[in-house]
Amino acid sequence: MIDWTHFTPWTSLAGGLLIGTAAAMFLLLNGKIAGISGILGGLLRPTAGDTGWRVAFVLGLVAAPLLYQLAAPLPVVQIDAGTTLLVVAGLLVGLGTRYGSGCTSGHGVCGLSRLSPRSMVATAAFMASGFVTVFVVRHLIN
Amino acid sequence: MQLLMALLAGLVFGLGLIVSGMTDPSKVTGFLDLAGAWDPSLAFVMGGAIGVGLIAFRFARTRSHAIFGGPMQIPAARQIDRRLIFGALTFGVGWGLAGYCPGPALASLATGGSKPLIFTVAMLAGMAAFEIHERLFKSPAKKNA
Repeated sequence: MIDWTHFTPWTSLAGGLLIGTAAAMFLLLNGKIAGISGILGGLLRPTAGDTGWRVAFVLGLVAAPLLYQLAAPLPVVQIDAGTTLLVVAGLLVGLGTRYGSGCTSGHGVCGLSRLSPRSMVATAAFMASGFVTVFVVRHLIN
Repeated sequence: MQLLMALLAGLVFGLGLIVSGMTDPSKVTGFLDLAGAWDPSLAFVMGGAIGVGLIAFRFARTRSHAIFGGPMQIPAARQIDRRLIFGALTFGVGWGLAGYCPGPALASLATGGSKPLIFTVAMLAGMAAFEIHERLFKSPAKKNA
């Protein structure tokens, strides 16, 4: 059943259009893929001349809520995970996105936009394991 | 100019994540909870982003160079291998556990308190572990291939 109290089709669509616009800008202006895990991961393998744009993109991403705050209060968020779970989740996301060469942005948004079969498989895989994980945590364990 | 555009793209991307609701982990896990009260919002985020992306990538294919210089760096990898699938499956488990993926975690860092920070540090540690593993188990020649 659909959770009508939390479902936000219009703002989510609007945010998605912004994300798509950012990815389109980055592609057409700079010739690069807006894949966050790849951009971040590349900073851990510094290569001459390949660091500045990564730092600039990450800075923009980090600064976004500060800019948003100037216009409106930030949306209230709810983070259920405690410290241990956040650490385990972070490690898995870090390892998994680098081995799998992408995350929700690189495979999910950019990969599906260019109709890459590789990204379709990756997106199906992380969606599937995300569904299973939440099912196990919420409905089998708790 | 390229640096400025990268900063701007990151900024717009981050604003999109905030507007879409994806910086709220409970909204992400709400999408992943098919068997509970399901929040389909994330599908609308993906739909909106891919809608614009489809046009952009189609147009990009007609160009060999970016507007501010440099070649179009569109991924050439095509192989669907164990690495891709196990990596993506592992990522999905972490994503489902906390409701964070890399973008929203970074876009929550400046204002979200300690939780996104803890997640981001752990994520960077995971990425660093990958780099160390790659360096130890791959020959330098292969690494540059």
